[in-house]
Amino acid sequence: MTRADLIAVLPEALLALFALTALMWGAFGGKDRIARPLLYATAAMLALLALWIGSAGGGASTAFGGMFVNDAFARFAKVTILVAAAAVLVMGEDFLARRDLLRFEYPVLVALAVLGMMMMVSAGDLMALYMGLELQSLALYVIAAMRRDSLKSTEAGLKYFVLGALASGLLLYGASLTYGYAGTTTFAGILAAVRDSTLPLGLLFGLVFLVAGLAFKVSAVPFHMWTPDVYEGAPTPVTAFFATAPKVGAMALFARLLHDAFGPAGHDWGQIVAFLAVASMFLGAVAAIGQRDIKRLMAYSSIGHMGFALVGLAAGSATGVQAMLVYLAIYVTMNVGVFAFILSMERDGRHVTDIASLSLLARAEPTAALALLILLFSLAGVPPLVGFFAKYGVLVAAVQADMVWLALAGVIASVIGAFYYLRIVYLMYFGQEGEGLDGAMSWSQRALLVAAAAVMLVGVVNLFGIEGPAAAAAAALVR
Amino acid sequence: MTIAALAFYAFGITVVASGLLVVLARNPVHSVLWLILAFISSAGLFVLLGAEFVAMLLVIVYVGAVAVLFLFVVMMLDIDFAALKAEMAKYVPLAALIALILMMQMALAYGAWTTSEVADRLRGAPAPAPAEMHNTRALGMIIYDRYLYLFQAAGLILLVAMIGAIVLTLRHRTNIKRQDVLAQIYRDPATAMELKDVKPGQGLG
Amino acid sequence: MDEFFSTTLGMFTIMLAQSLLVVGFVMISLLFLVYGDRKIWAAVQMRRGPNVVGAFGVLQSVADALKYVVKEIVVPAGVDRPVYFLAPMLSFVLAVLAWAVIPFADGWVLADINVAILFVFAVSSLEVYGVIMGGWASNSKYAFLGSLRSAAQMISYEVSLGFIIIGVIISTGSMSFGAIVAAQDGPYGLFSWYWLPHLPMVVLFFVSALAETNRPPFDLPEAESELVAGFMVEYSSTPYLLFMAGEYIAIFLMCALMSLLFFGGWLSPVPGLPDGVLWMVGKMAFFFFLFAMVKAIVPRYRYDQLMRLGWKVFLPMSLGWVALVAFLAKFEVLGGAWARWPVGG
Repeated sequence: MTRADLIAVLPEALLALFALTALMWGAFGGKDRIARPLLYATAAMLALLALWIGSAGGGASTAFGGMFVNDAFARFAKVTILVAAAAVLVMGEDFLARRDLLRFEYPVLVALAVLGMMMMVSAGDLMALYMGLELQSLALYVIAAMRRDSLKSTEAGLKYFVLGALASGLLLYGASLTYGYAGTTTFAGILAAVRDSTLPLGLLFGLVFLVAGLAFKVSAVPFHMWTPDVYEGAPTPVTAFFATAPKVGAMALFARLLHDAFGPAGHDWGQIVAFLAVASMFLGAVAAIGQRDIKRLMAYSSIGHMGFALVGLAAGSATGVQAMLVYLAIYVTMNVGVFAFILSMERDGRHVTDIASLSLLARAEPTAALALLILLFSLAGVPPLVGFFAKYGVLVAAVQADMVWLALAGVIASVIGAFYYLRIVYLMYFGQEGEGLDGAMSWSQRALLVAAAAVMLVGVVNLFGIEGPAAAAAAALVR
Repeated sequence: MTIAALAFYAFGITVVASGLLVVLARNPVHSVLWLILAFISSAGLFVLLGAEFVAMLLVIVYVGAVAVLFLFVVMMLDIDFAALKAEMAKYVPLAALIALILMMQMALAYGAWTTSEVADRLRGAPAPAPAEMHNTRALGMIIYDRYLYLFQAAGLILLVAMIGAIVLTLRHRTNIKRQDVLAQIYRDPATAMELKDVKPGQGLG
Repeated sequence: MDEFFSTTLGMFTIMLAQSLLVVGFVMISLLFLVYGDRKIWAAVQMRRGPNVVGAFGVLQSVADALKYVVKEIVVPAGVDRPVYFLAPMLSFVLAVLAWAVIPFADGWVLADINVAILFVFAVSSLEVYGVIMGGWASNSKYAFLGSLRSAAQMISYEVSLGFIIIGVIISTGSMSFGAIVAAQDGPYGLFSWYWLPHLPMVVLFFVSALAETNRPPFDLPEAESELVAGFMVEYSSTPYLLFMAGEYIAIFLMCALMSLLFFGGWLSPVPGLPDGVLWMVGKMAFFFFLFAMVKAIVPRYRYDQLMRLGWKVFLPMSLGWVALVAFLAKFEVLGGAWARWPVGG
């Protein structure tokens, strides 16, 4: 352990220290009364860290004997995670406070979950990977069940926990098989062991188990079953969090593991990931059609979108990873906007989530409806919005990798999926008279909704230049 | 047969047998007791390996603390385990089929198992040889030096688990009397008592 | 003769003889401990105590033991027989087992293992099973409640005991009792012992030891006013005797730990006087006297107060002390009073 090691993990160490201090402050200095300032302080801390990490240049460095990797890829993913988490925290404050759910542990747990994600994307060792993943997952299980008087929330937490534990088991099993073959848990060591062209059976088993465990964390089909129930049962701000930052963390981890440790075996894992991608895209598109609850709908939507992101990964090239990162950043922005709106859905002081309540929203709330329309079109991938370019990017990467069938499947799934987004838009503008919504949006929700919609429009020009950093990140990962 | 070998077989057989009895015992409390025996015997195996420190930790942590909590929970559960097992029995054929398939796959993998040529070199020496350094010290070097990052991460995970347990279960009851020890200690007769001179036949009024 | 003792059988014989010696010492002192306990208690309450059997009643314990053994074993209906009988045996065997690594003088130890202190701690953490199993197997509500209380209590105080011991281990740099005592051997006699640098922890250790062994004022498991006799309520005759004996042996073990960890074990308090086994036994007897005095003088704690003391006072204090000792030892404050690695090894 040297100074250099500590400097490499300084952002993470600061976040951990912040979480510990916040916990002490909460436990000894005011309990839930300080939850509101603590929440904003946490959001500010996350935003500051994002700024810091984003502005820090430099090449790749490793710390703690290769267990921690700080490269352009990790930085890109960390900035996305931090910004998304900060935005979700701020926009959920009003919702939690009015439902008496704003407890001081919430921001602390979110901070610790984010810390776990940062450790995940920086993992350079199977053990470090697992530690980060567990830190993240454990915090997420708890906040999913945070509304402990609600049966659904408790069920969501429990279901997530049990299935998550199973997935962790699969992952660990895969890790142990990999260790057995390669004799080391560091990614660099595994890479050296898989250099030879064909993957031996034992290592293939390990790889499959690892991929299965990670597929659960990104909720790719066929490991998606928990997603709709957890999204529906968890308090909405928590759902918004689930749909954003952890997805980025898990996808980035997926990419890091496959490229950093199993890079030369791209042909082997490419097939598996392509299968996951196709299955997720189609299931996400088809199963969402029958949903009447917008949180469940967003769950299937996220499954479908993860499928598209996996297309970029399946391509196995630097272009693919770049497209995946861009896709994730755009996906997160869209989801933040949509969830900012969902958080404000209210009738007679009660939170409602059925889609029918959106009927004729355009008359009551023209601005919000317009912003939502833009976001939904973007989610559906309607040109010329930013969401279209995100999909275009991953599909092009697939074509370039000689996976035309995969790209075709993506196009078809995207057309099917467009249906349910457009149905919401139809309801908002031409729906039937019915009980509408009567809640007011808080300033943060309105600001984030409008900002996300604006990004979808303005970003068309040059995607805010994120392609450059994404390309650098991809280049750092795919060697 | 040396004494070490004899001890090894004794501990080994006990571990396996008590592990089996954990599953087979009808009474869940007996299951936990067998589990404890399995733990203690595996601690014996660790001693034979020359890892006294790990052996003692196994006893202190698993037997002395974790298993006690198991026992607590199991003793106070009001569940008819026999009925539960009968319920489970319905799924046994399916489970057996899945297990069989998995077993076949594992056998396949094991049959074709090879280790990478570089594995032995990479595996290297994770810890100094027992002769060079006492195993407690060697363990300390690994945990607190080489794997400091993972150790701290594990600490954070445990912290999250603790916060989670408190967030999800602690209910602060408001309508109960709480003891304030300091207030009791600093109470004195001057403030706590009042002496009244009661006249006979009149009472306090 | 020398040839015989170098064969396997001979070594086995030596081991057996040594073991018997230690067990014999423990058992005989047990008889006098119970007698002493009652006499001290009686003296504090201005009673006579046992005075009929033998001169001054010294043989009272022998008579009692004999009585226990010859009485009928009453087994209540509905008990889980194997566990019911296993519990007292376990309680007794574990209490005796820990003595295997306790040295009485330099080198006077059955098994000189280098994690001796962990072994004692491990064995004493197992003692809780005798209590739980006994309470559960008795098929009685009182016994069960008593065993639950007792188990929670023993676990709670084990945590702070562990941390206190860690402080001593940090100071010594070894987990062997020989090294711990050697580290306390200094030019200032009794002022070189660990009780001075570890002063707050000596108090904590003593109180925790009382709680760990279910002694008054922490004898909640037996709280006779509420739970009759706690987990032992359904036991009679020899099984009851085993429980009682196990309890007293555990108490005596705590006295031995006190003197080894903080009071120099077999070292002489005055520089110049020879060290030896007598010092060790004397110190153990003194701490037992303190245990007996506490029993006579201090009123019983309420259960929530006991838990509060363990978790909210002792645990933070002992944990903080470990951190503090680590710093004091690392930077060799006060001439390395907390860092005695060169001496201890």
